Amino acid sequence: MSDFLVPQPATIPRPYPSAVSEPYWEGAKRGELLFQRCGACGHAEFDPAILCRKCGSRDLAWERSAGLGTVYSWTVVWRPQQPSFVVPYAPAIVDMDEGYQILANVVGCDVADLAVGQRVTVEFHPVAEGYALPYFRPV
Amino acid sequence: MWRACGYPCQPAAVPGHPFRDVVVAGVHNARQARVLEGETSFTITIEGALGALADAGLTPRDVNGVVGALSSDIAYELGLGPVWQSASQLGIPAVVEAAACIAAGLSDVILIATGSAGVYTERSSTAPWTRPNNEFVAPYGMFTAAEFALIARRHMHLYGTTSEQLATVAATVRNNGHANPEAVYYGRGPFTPQDILDSRMVADPFHLLDCAMTAEGGAAIVLARADRVPDLPNRPVYVLGGSTDRIGPSYRHAPAWDLTGRDPDGIPNGYVGRRAAQRAFATAGLGPDDVDTCEFYDPFSFEIIRQFEAFGFCGEGEGGDFVLDGTIGPGGRFPITTDGGTMSFGHGGATVQLLQRVIRGVEQLRGTCPTMQVDGASVSMCTNGGAGALFTDVMILGNGRP
Repeated sequence: MSDFLVPQPATIPRPYPSAVSEPYWEGAKRGELLFQRCGACGHAEFDPAILCRKCGSRDLAWERSAGLGTVYSWTVVWRPQQPSFVVPYAPAIVDMDEGYQILANVVGCDVADLAVGQRVTVEFHPVAEGYALPYFRPV
Repeated sequence: MWRACGYPCQPAAVPGHPFRDVVVAGVHNARQARVLEGETSFTITIEGALGALADAGLTPRDVNGVVGALSSDIAYELGLGPVWQSASQLGIPAVVEAAACIAAGLSDVILIATGSAGVYTERSSTAPWTRPNNEFVAPYGMFTAAEFALIARRHMHLYGTTSEQLATVAATVRNNGHANPEAVYYGRGPFTPQDILDSRMVADPFHLLDCAMTAEGGAAIVLARADRVPDLPNRPVYVLGGSTDRIGPSYRHAPAWDLTGRDPDGIPNGYVGRRAAQRAFATAGLGPDDVDTCEFYDPFSFEIIRQFEAFGFCGEGEGGDFVLDGTIGPGGRFPITTDGGTMSFGHGGATVQLLQRVIRGVEQLRGTCPTMQVDGASVSMCTNGGAGALFTDVMILGNGRP
């Protein structure tokens, strides 16, 4: 079993968007990482919301992230959630430069290279029915 | 009843305690095992319910309230109706709600019961109650162990908490179960911290033995107004305080240590349960130093360290050192999860274990634990939840009438 982290096969469960989250997943299909910005207080919001979770404003607009961030916390999973996942895989919380947090798996490095504070950049990999999942890779 | 207080709360007299006339009258753990052949969640629920009523010296005809997710079926199957019924969240919230209902005169003998069997059948996947279906979490292979691991890793980064400290917690809880003839993993030990570290990795930093096991079983509790149970077979136990902290649905937002609500200076997810503990202690007129047994939720080793910090038993970042030197073991100042918890005693799905922490607290205060009885225990703190799940429930039990 290699300790090098790679994207999951396209056979893992795909995301099932809601009306609120659909723009996010459509952006991912285009290779764009989207988030919402509150027009009233400037808060960067994720996951997709119907009103700003900090000030309550409904003035939320989609923006494209530059895709750069810093690892906030990480784990390496060796016992898969279900058999379609290949271990090891590394779910991490990433502090995005725009000021929000997102959970995604880190790939493109050895498990021993994972660290809080690691700079990462987004990349996309396909799952079923044309959907694409954001992953992060060390820079 | 609530008063603002810094940490730790100072003991203070609470006049006219709301639960003064409420007693925990009966408790029962139904049979439990890794797999209970021939049982369903409902059959083992009923076994627990009848056991708790018998423990209280009551019969189904005495019941006039049922609380919990299965309450409608329980009322029908046991022929309790017509009764007051609430399908509330199981575990500590159900017990607090039952106490409040009795205090408010809505009912005066309330049954809370739950069970789980035949639920975990796809063994190539993690247990069904550990698997999220949220679109931002599920595609990344998340499950409960990975969620709590992200919380633990952040704490290790911030404060230098070590895997050895985590392993000390796991060995302590597992040894409690090793000694308990009623535990599913009775006789599986004893364990040293090194044994924990030598087990295979599941979700870094959690080794297999840092994690809860899965099992099947049932559990039930009966609360009553004191004058309805004048001849209790066992020493009455009282609800001195209880509350719950909820930040949001489990497994949707990434379980970040620093996640807060609208107030950026509010208590972060890493210390979820602090507000609940403050309220529970305030209602009880007690503080952490008054607690004799810590029947804490133990889904993963780090969660015990987090709770000691969240509840004010030690300072922020001090939990790793706090659990060393025997403080949390047999004969220690704050013995934890004395039945063996979800790591060793039993873990019947998402709800049974939530009541089991309360049941053990009651047994400690009755002085009837077959093992790990804390001599003279008069106050037990029982908890559910966790920072990886964005909620923590807290209950303070005592054997003196408040």
